[in-house]
Amino acid sequence: MSPEAPSRWQRLRRHRGALIAGGVLLLLALSSLIVPALSAYDYYTPQLDLISQPPSLHGGHLLGTDPLGRDLLIRVLWGCRISLLIGLAASCISIVVGVLWGAVAGYLGGATDALMMRAVDVLYSVPFVPFVIVLTVLFGRELWLMFVAIGAVSWLDIARIVRGEALSLKRREFIDAARVSGVRAAGMIGRHIVPNLLGIVIIYATLTVPTVILFEAFMSFLGLGVRVPLASLGSLIADGASDMQAHPHLLLVPAVVLATIVYCFNFIGDGLRDALDPREHS
Amino acid sequence: MLRYILRRVLESVPTLLLIVTLAFVLLHAAPGGPFAADKPMLPEIRRSIEARYHLEEPLWRQYLRYLADVLHGDLGPSFQYRNTSVNQIIAAGFPVDVSVGLSAIAVALLLGIPIGLNAAWRRNSLWDRIPMALAVAGISLPVFVIAPLLVLVFAVRLHWLPAADWVHGSPSHLVLPVLALSLPYIAYVARIVRGSALEVLASAYIRTARAKGLPTRRILLHHTLRPCLAPVVSFLGPTTAGVITISIVVETVFGLPGIGRFFVTGALNRDYTLVLGITILYGTLIILFNLLADLCYAWIDPRVRLES
Repeated sequence: MSPEAPSRWQRLRRHRGALIAGGVLLLLALSSLIVPALSAYDYYTPQLDLISQPPSLHGGHLLGTDPLGRDLLIRVLWGCRISLLIGLAASCISIVVGVLWGAVAGYLGGATDALMMRAVDVLYSVPFVPFVIVLTVLFGRELWLMFVAIGAVSWLDIARIVRGEALSLKRREFIDAARVSGVRAAGMIGRHIVPNLLGIVIIYATLTVPTVILFEAFMSFLGLGVRVPLASLGSLIADGASDMQAHPHLLLVPAVVLATIVYCFNFIGDGLRDALDPREHS
Repeated sequence: MLRYILRRVLESVPTLLLIVTLAFVLLHAAPGGPFAADKPMLPEIRRSIEARYHLEEPLWRQYLRYLADVLHGDLGPSFQYRNTSVNQIIAAGFPVDVSVGLSAIAVALLLGIPIGLNAAWRRNSLWDRIPMALAVAGISLPVFVIAPLLVLVFAVRLHWLPAADWVHGSPSHLVLPVLALSLPYIAYVARIVRGSALEVLASAYIRTARAKGLPTRRILLHHTLRPCLAPVVSFLGPTTAGVITISIVVETVFGLPGIGRFFVTGALNRDYTLVLGITILYGTLIILFNLLADLCYAWIDPRVRLES
């Protein structure tokens, strides 16, 4: 794999859009971490004398304020922080579970494989939007529960893809060589199968993050996500939508930020797939 | 063919049983109950209510009773809405979700397939680049962003279309919800079609067709379209059921009387039977659409053997 590495980097670099998208994401992530710490405003203190201000360059509220007089910029940046955090954490869970499940099933094969993939098939039939709704409603709306719930239901695709790759990997000579020299199943999966899957896993990881972010926003939009006064981009969009006739900026700003984040992740995912997936470049 | 369908239906029974059991256990394991202490109640009244809904029985007995009812097609009485059965709630709301969801899928296919084919045929031209850049944007704009924006533009500012006050059977009330729901799927379908059309167009039989001078129309419609549809169909199977579930958002924004809102409020109020009933319905839908997708797949690509 390594001799081709420079040309892959070149291919990715040719995808200038993907690099720009990465830069935008980095900028958003950094400012969501830094700006709230430096700002004079916070996301929770209402200022009832300054309600629903339009965006302006004067007065310190660049993007205006919400109906409780809280600074919209700070709330949107907090929303970014929550969305990115959930996106990354839940994707990590789903990738770890999916990669292990798929690699074990694909490498062991036989009855274990049949059983494990049958379980995946069954789980595919579980209506997972309702299940996450039930989970979060019933067991309290804690952030970490949200990670687990979303992560637990979104690993199926990765498990399938990884299993397919593992099936073809295990017929390669170096696996035979490792087996002959006495590597056991666990070591084989950990040391030889999984590292060779990393390319495809990275691609699907970048494509999982935006799905998860959208899902969290969807839950927050329904009022089932983060608790007030904390905001996520989804809850800001829901609040903005209820007040859009009088103050459209309350809807537009979080909507644009969310779309930007998801767009950037999708763009990078596409770029990575072009650069790393050999099947796309025959 | 019939044997295959029968086998698939039989196979789905344990899956549905698992879904019901999982949902039942989850609901009953959660803290709180449908008549929990937020409203003070005389103990006699509480006892008589619990007796009416069999809540005083041990859990396994409630579970078996529920399964028996479900097998008879009775999803039980709603806990939250007095004198209303879950069957009635679904019968009233579900047609709305189905009409909105299926229209959205139809729109996605009618627009997505031509856009994708055209983009593949004119690869790297503006006809390819602009729609595909828009498609990434379409995938990135979730329904709950598109829906309020559409309301803002077409209902609030332009007053062209209604955005609330649902009237049964009124086409103008369907336009905005269907549009909001279908936009991301148009983008998905266009991308999938473009991808597979590129592969098909590079194959030898297309070169033959072009070499013998067939008109473009005929090459695209008769030789390219059908093999391109296979991945679309396997995408549509799980997606169609998902569209009907995701219409919760559209219901919220446009005030549609579908079942999604009932589901969310039902979960909040511990309306066990309502949540279980709708979960079973969604699970059945997913299984049904996956089966339909597999049947279509075999029809599109005769090499696929259903029995295997």
